[in-house]
Amino acid sequence: MKIPLSYNARSLLQRPASTLLTALGIALVVAVFIGMLALANGFRAALTRTGSAQNVLVLRRGADSELSSGLDRESVNILASSPHIASGTDGKPMVSPEVYVLIPLPRAGKDTTALANVVVRGVSAAAWTVRNNLQIDEGRKPESGKAEICVGKKMAGRFDHTAVGDKLHFAGRDWNVVCRFSAGGSAFESEIWGENEQFMPVFRGEAFQSVTFRLKDPAAFEEAKRTLEADRRLTVDVHRESDFYVQQSQLLGRILQILALMITSIMAIGAIFGAINTMYAAVASRSHEIAVLLTVGFHPRSVLASFLVESALIAVVGGVIGALLALPVNGIVTSTTNWASFSEIAFSFRITPVLLLAGLVFAVVMGLVGGFLPAWRAARMQVVEALR
Amino acid sequence: MKFLPLVLANLRRHKLRTLLTLASVALALFLFASLRTVVTTLAAAAQFGSARRLVTQNATGIVFPLPLSYANRLQAIKGVKAVSYANWFGGRYGDNKRFFAQFAVDPQSYLAIYPEMVVPEDQKQAFLRERSSALIGRRLLDVFGWRVGQNITLQGTIYPGDWTFTIRGVYTPTDAVINDDMLLFHHDYFEERIGRPGIANWYVIEIENADSAATIAKTIDQQFKNSSAPTKTGTEQAFNASFSTMWGNVSLLMGTIGMAVVFAILLVTANAMMMSFRERMSEIAVLKTVGFTDRILFGLVMLESGLITLVGALIGLGGAKLLYRATNFNAAGFLPGFDVTTNTLLVGGSIALLLMFASGLVPAIRAARLPVVQALRRAE
Repeated sequence: MKIPLSYNARSLLQRPASTLLTALGIALVVAVFIGMLALANGFRAALTRTGSAQNVLVLRRGADSELSSGLDRESVNILASSPHIASGTDGKPMVSPEVYVLIPLPRAGKDTTALANVVVRGVSAAAWTVRNNLQIDEGRKPESGKAEICVGKKMAGRFDHTAVGDKLHFAGRDWNVVCRFSAGGSAFESEIWGENEQFMPVFRGEAFQSVTFRLKDPAAFEEAKRTLEADRRLTVDVHRESDFYVQQSQLLGRILQILALMITSIMAIGAIFGAINTMYAAVASRSHEIAVLLTVGFHPRSVLASFLVESALIAVVGGVIGALLALPVNGIVTSTTNWASFSEIAFSFRITPVLLLAGLVFAVVMGLVGGFLPAWRAARMQVVEALR
Repeated sequence: MKFLPLVLANLRRHKLRTLLTLASVALALFLFASLRTVVTTLAAAAQFGSARRLVTQNATGIVFPLPLSYANRLQAIKGVKAVSYANWFGGRYGDNKRFFAQFAVDPQSYLAIYPEMVVPEDQKQAFLRERSSALIGRRLLDVFGWRVGQNITLQGTIYPGDWTFTIRGVYTPTDAVINDDMLLFHHDYFEERIGRPGIANWYVIEIENADSAATIAKTIDQQFKNSSAPTKTGTEQAFNASFSTMWGNVSLLMGTIGMAVVFAILLVTANAMMMSFRERMSEIAVLKTVGFTDRILFGLVMLESGLITLVGALIGLGGAKLLYRATNFNAAGFLPGFDVTTNTLLVGGSIALLLMFASGLVPAIRAARLPVVQALRRAE
């Protein structure tokens, strides 16, 4: 027969301080666990959303990022006339040869030495439809031939002179900020966009860094890749845009994840030790009760289960508190350098239901591990001795 | 200290509990020391830089090169003692699982300007002599199992193709902040292979007098202001600091987690102390009856909690210090000079003291104020 749950609940309430301290210890571990994985999650999500499976990104062969790539005008023309490119509603091919550079901008705030490498992307008129989820939130698109730029949503507030109507100074001249765009939370929101032909002369001269185009037939990626890479006039690598950005997130994403797991597992061991202490004390102070339970016919297995449940109960309380503690970080924007591209990327902490559930499961595991030995002792208790 | 045996006996009573609590404190302080060392290492990197070295880069950004022809003009500026230059190479080695930095440098002037990079004289001469040779950091010998004289091939990501170098020398940095896992090779060889565009990513300039750094930096930038590639010159320290700030809010993140760790451990120790106290109420009452004063009892509980936290701290902090030193940890090149500082050890020690008071205070006060009669009755 099972020992009713209410017995455990009431026992816990008998020693509220001890229960609460143990639960809070677990709560902190769970909060750090959720918070750190939310960080890794947010970073990955931002880059994953950047690419589209329907798009193809072409770089110079061997280049591992847009920054290290370079394509001359002739190659770009060959690429732009590929039969695999879809046509837009206006009948023009959906292709964007792009200039990609990094500029150092001081972060907004007192510390003027804090620089961030911000992506400046020169795009073609088609880019706004080729790239994923682009939307102008304020203002209008930059006009061709003018020194006008559009800034990503996440630039605002983090850098000065990035509001619509401002003038931003870089590459030796002033640029009018004419719009602000959003891109579904992707890495594009940390970038500055303008016209490719405007950026080329002020930055690196006659060269593009990448060509992105929409596939006419999304299923034909492999074929497009094969033909372009086999083209003798070109020395290029062809990537599916979504895969490329996922790969760009791997280095830092993995570091963040490993860090999260290392820190939380060390913390978890401490919390488990706390739970063991608490449960041993609980078993010791209730030896009379346990003996009575065994005497009246409860199976030792039931006693074992009961104490495990009790420990898990503390952990669940801790898990819930931890999840609640972590929730406020959801959506907070933070930024760091993505070392794979050497560029600054802003992203939000991202707590998902799955992550919350993982936190709770983690808590329960801590509770069960911590409760096992004490519960074992309770179940093996010698009735006569305990009653004496 | 005549009560020490009594306190030790008390700690031995619940050996498992004492051990677990001690271990929790040790783990927490180990974690604290590790997190804080990330912050101090980044700060040290940002602080590094000789006051007599300036770095000149393209005003538009570090990714834009400067003409190689600037070298002579820089050398001619008054107060400039030596000029060297370097290019970021960005090559991949093997599966690229372990990243390391490679630079094309002007070998003679570069080694002269960085006396912190120590190379045995014969290796130095061999490196200088052979145009396709490379000088590598000591750590790379262990990481890849390379040896001097070996040929290694890198795949260029910015400058395409296979690049083969012969390892001719190994440098050891005298300052831990300098990466010991870089690869340096001849700038001239680099120029030749990419068609002599005449480029340098940045110049390192040694000046005669540290006090004139600001003036010289200004003179340099003024001189190139209206050229095709305007420059931005600053101290080497500012140059390094700009890389550290690229991490963003790492310090805040590490600090927050550190706080959470310390607080979590406070809960564990406080709980353990409370439990010990509760179980021993009748004994404390007996001690009081036989003449122990309130003050002594207060002290005894404090001593017990102090022993746990301080010994735990000793293990945790000492363990961190020794472990990182023994394994020569540098986070795969991201955190060169990763070493738990004395300051971190002191802060960790203060945290242990704080833990002792915070976890021992309530039981200690309760012990001191315990009414004897009531406690003895409860024990019945």
